[in-house]
Formats: sequence, structure tokens, C-alpha cells
Amino acid sequence: MTTLAAPQAALPTPVMEPAWLRWRAVYAHMWRTYTHTWRGTIYSKVLEPVLFLAAMGVGLGSLVNSHHHGGLQGLSYLDFVAPGLVAASGMQTASFEATWPVLGQIKWHRTYFGMLAGPLTVSDIVTGQLAWITTSIATSTGVYLAAAAAFGAVHSWLALVAFPAAVLTGLAFAAPVAAFAATAQNDTTFSMFYRFGVVPLFLFSGTFFPISQLPRWMQYVAYATPLWHGVALTRDLILGQLRALDDVGHLAYLVGLTVLGVVLARRTFARRLVT
Amino acid sequence: MPTDPDVLVHARGLVKRFGDFTAVDGIDVDVHRGEAFGFLGPNGAGKSSTMRMVGCVSPPTAGTLRLLGLDPRTHGAQIRARLGVVPQEDNLDVELTVRENLHVYARYFGMPRALVRERTEQLLDFVQLTERADDKVDPLSGGMKRRLTIARALVNDPELLLLDEPTTGLDPQARHVVWDRLYRLKQRGVTLVLTTHYMDEAEQLCDRLVVMDGGRFAAEGSPRELIERWSTREVLELRFPPGEVAAYASKIGDRLPATSERLEELPDRLLVYAQDGDAALEDVLARGITPVSSLVRRSSLEDVFLRLTGRQLID
Repeated sequence: MTTLAAPQAALPTPVMEPAWLRWRAVYAHMWRTYTHTWRGTIYSKVLEPVLFLAAMGVGLGSLVNSHHHGGLQGLSYLDFVAPGLVAASGMQTASFEATWPVLGQIKWHRTYFGMLAGPLTVSDIVTGQLAWITTSIATSTGVYLAAAAAFGAVHSWLALVAFPAAVLTGLAFAAPVAAFAATAQNDTTFSMFYRFGVVPLFLFSGTFFPISQLPRWMQYVAYATPLWHGVALTRDLILGQLRALDDVGHLAYLVGLTVLGVVLARRTFARRLVT
Repeated sequence: MPTDPDVLVHARGLVKRFGDFTAVDGIDVDVHRGEAFGFLGPNGAGKSSTMRMVGCVSPPTAGTLRLLGLDPRTHGAQIRARLGVVPQEDNLDVELTVRENLHVYARYFGMPRALVRERTEQLLDFVQLTERADDKVDPLSGGMKRRLTIARALVNDPELLLLDEPTTGLDPQARHVVWDRLYRLKQRGVTLVLTTHYMDEAEQLCDRLVVMDGGRFAAEGSPRELIERWSTREVLELRFPPGEVAAYASKIGDRLPATSERLEELPDRLLVYAQDGDAALEDVLARGITPVSSLVRRSSLEDVFLRLTGRQLID
């Protein structure tokens, strides 16, 4: 019969320092899970950009361009809409990855509780989870940006900087949304959030048309939402038309929202996991 | 404050409240190195709340708690690095294989890869899952999942293993396999702290236990001590037709049968606590009382629990 020998080597120091070693272990766990599930996600990640760019940029775009000499703001509709879609894909991915999987690991699979039973802390879990979500956002926006380039909608090397900007747009959603997801009792609130939060933002944040087309009061609402800032910043970078003061403002907004989200997530995760 | 390094769990006046509800109501306990210590009690007795405090994932509301000589408020992660935790509900990663579950978990402890591999194979062997190592967790039986959870809790070679209802929901055969593995750990000197609502589990595994009810300790001791102190050597169980138990209880209770000390009335039967169950039965029959059936057995922790709380310890 089997006996369990003591480990041959002495175990290392109890708690890993510095902290990035700990959250990297959380990240490694999620990466390992992804190696089993990526096949189910890859088609939508590649197919969606192609479909949207073809339908909106090329299809609808031909109509817009023919009725609107010189297109929008002197751009073809494809050039206008592609950067918006890239940034919006960051939000879309974030708003999925920061809701169901977060609640799932609290409520259904209880994975976070397993992590917390060892030497990891709530902060490690939050950081590792957001790092993983950032990876997922990066693949979505990366594929979108590559597709946009293939459609001929990328005109500047600044587009390489647009990539992190689009990822930041997603993260600025993911952090506060994860904080909110950790307070949810069930996932019906997520459907509401998607229907009444994500979809209106997607439609009215300057993704498909300039918000100057909106009534005055709705423009002020748009200014307050993260997607408008993300779309504007990403668009300026992809088109290579920087407006220094505006873009610094967009960047500050997105970074600020991310930081706020992380602070809130640490609180809500702790309240849910350490009771 | 204890300076004895062999006191792994030290609690004094430990309290846990959730709003107005007091889950744990001022308990004192010391668990020594190498001991198997059990919290026995019905659902809602405060066992799991106690375990979560001991597991450093639930801050005490009041009182003193020291684990491995450290304060969980300031050294939670350091303590948890030296614990193994088997939670009431499995939290395995069902998307991963059996082996991967151990690998990702070992990384939390910063174990070098070579050591992780060696340790994983040892543990899979120990919990008899080597043949299922590359299978996903999802389709495994409840008993196998439990064993994997135990293996995962042992990955860091913990000084203290916490098990919250380790065999609840398992079939009898699976329970015996788990008990056998836990018994081996105990032989190896691993300190076990477990909660259970099964008397047989407590009797099999625990050197010392407390009976918990309403957030407090009703009694404390070894299984044998508890039985000696709170029960008689034997119990005579008399079964009567439904609805007639009360009448027979007062009839027999008027003059207790030979060697008997007390009666306990249950919905379907009467328990006669006696030093000699057969003598008591003869006495009952001699009075012309004929139960539907009768049984003489040794006292168990169930009887202790019934005595202390007035309730049966069934889930």
C-alpha cells in the first residue's frame, strides 16, 4: 500500500515575495484553464471583426460615402468606424470576462476560495484576474486591429500605440465591472447590465457616428462614459491625427477609471471572500 | 498567549457574529501537534464558522486566536501557507485534469517545478488517483473528487490539515477510503482538525472532540471519555407502534428497569440507558410490556449528543 513520504527537498519560504509572483500564480491558473477552452472562443474572436468591418465599414460605408461627399470628418466611413469598433471590442470582451467568470469563481466553481485557502491574498486574486482579463481583451482588440489593417483602415504607425489604448479602454471597463460582479447574487443582473449598459454605449459613444449628431444633452452623457473616451483616443491614434490636450484627457480618464475599479474590486472581493 | 510551539490552534473566548446572529459564541480550544481534533455538531452549530476562522479566511469578531503561534489578523497569508484546507464544498477546477489541479495549486506556494512534479505523483498515488491523472475532474465520482481535494490540500506538506465535513455526501464505501487515507496521515503525525456530523467518523478519527451546539461547546473529551461521562455502558432500544411511545415512556418511567439510569423518548422508539441492557430488557418484559422489537447496543456519541442537546444528530 502507498505511504506518503515527506517531500525530499525542504519547502520554500511560505509566502512568495514580491507580490507579482503570487498574482502570476493566479494568472497561470487561468491560463491553464484557457488551454482547455480556447477552441470555443476563437471563431467568434476572428469572425466577429470580419463580419462587422465588412457589413458596417464596407457595406453601410458605401451608402454613407455616396451620400456624404468626403465621408465623415473628411474620412471614408470604413476609416471612421474601424477604430471605433476596435475600441468597442475591448469593452465587449471586458464586460463578458469581468462578469460571468468572476461570479462563477465566487459562486459556482468557488475557485477563488481555493486560492484564498493558500498563501494568496484578495489583492493577488484581483490583480491576477484583471491581468488575465487584460490578456483576453488584448487578443480581441489585437485581432480586430489586424482585421482593420487587412481592410485597409489603418493609416499610421501610431496604430501600434492604438493597440494599448484599446486594451486600456477594455481594462477601464473590466476593473469596475469586476468590482460590481463580485457583489452580484446571481447572473440576471449581468444580462440587465449588458442590455441597458453595454449595448447603448456600443451604439451611442461615437463608434458608428460622431456624437455631434446626438442631441446636446446626450452628448454630455457620452462625455461621461468610458467608451467615448476610448473610441476617441483609439481613433486619433489609428488615424494618426493626435489632438494633444484632448487625448491626454482621454488617457487620464481611462487610467483613473481603471485605478478606481481596482480599488473598488479589492473591497468588493474582500467583502465576498473574507466573511 | 501560548509560547508552546506544539499548540497549533489556540482560541480563547472566540466569537463570530454575522449581524445579529452569533455563529460562534465564545469558545476556548487548544489543539496540539499530532492530534486529531473534531468538532461534532448538527448543521448550524457553528462548526464551519469556526473552521473558517481557523483557516484565516474569516476574521474573529472577538476573542483571541493564535495559529501556529501567529496572529491571523497580521500573518494570515503566512499561516495559510502552512495549512491544508479541505472545504465542505469541493472547489476543484473542473475544466482541468486531475494532475493539473495539483500543479496549478502547488504554484500558489511557490514550489519549484521539479518538486511540484515529484510531490504531485506521490500524492496521486497516496489518494489512489494515478490512473485518472490525465482525466478531467468533472466526470469523477464524488469520492474521487474528495480524495483529489485532500491531495491538493497536502501539496504544501501542511503542518495542520483542516477538514470541513470531509465525507458528507459520500457513499459508505467512498467514506471508508477517505477515512483510511486520513488515518494514514494521522499515523504520519499530521495534525487533523475536522468537523463532522457523523458519530462514526468522529469515533474513528478523533483523539479528542468537542460537541458543539448553538455556537458553544456542550462537552469536550475523547470519544470514550464523553461516552463514559454522559452516557451509560449500554442502551436498550424499544420500538413501539407510532403514537404509543409516550404512553409506554411514562409507564416504564414510573419505575426505571434494572440497572437503568434514564429514558429518552424519540418519535418512534424509547431509549433506556442502562449498565446492563439485557437485564433491563428482562425487567421490561417481566412487567408484561411487549415492544414491537428490541435491541441492546453499546452507547455511542449519538447518545452523548442526545443527552447534551436533547436532539438527534442526524442531518
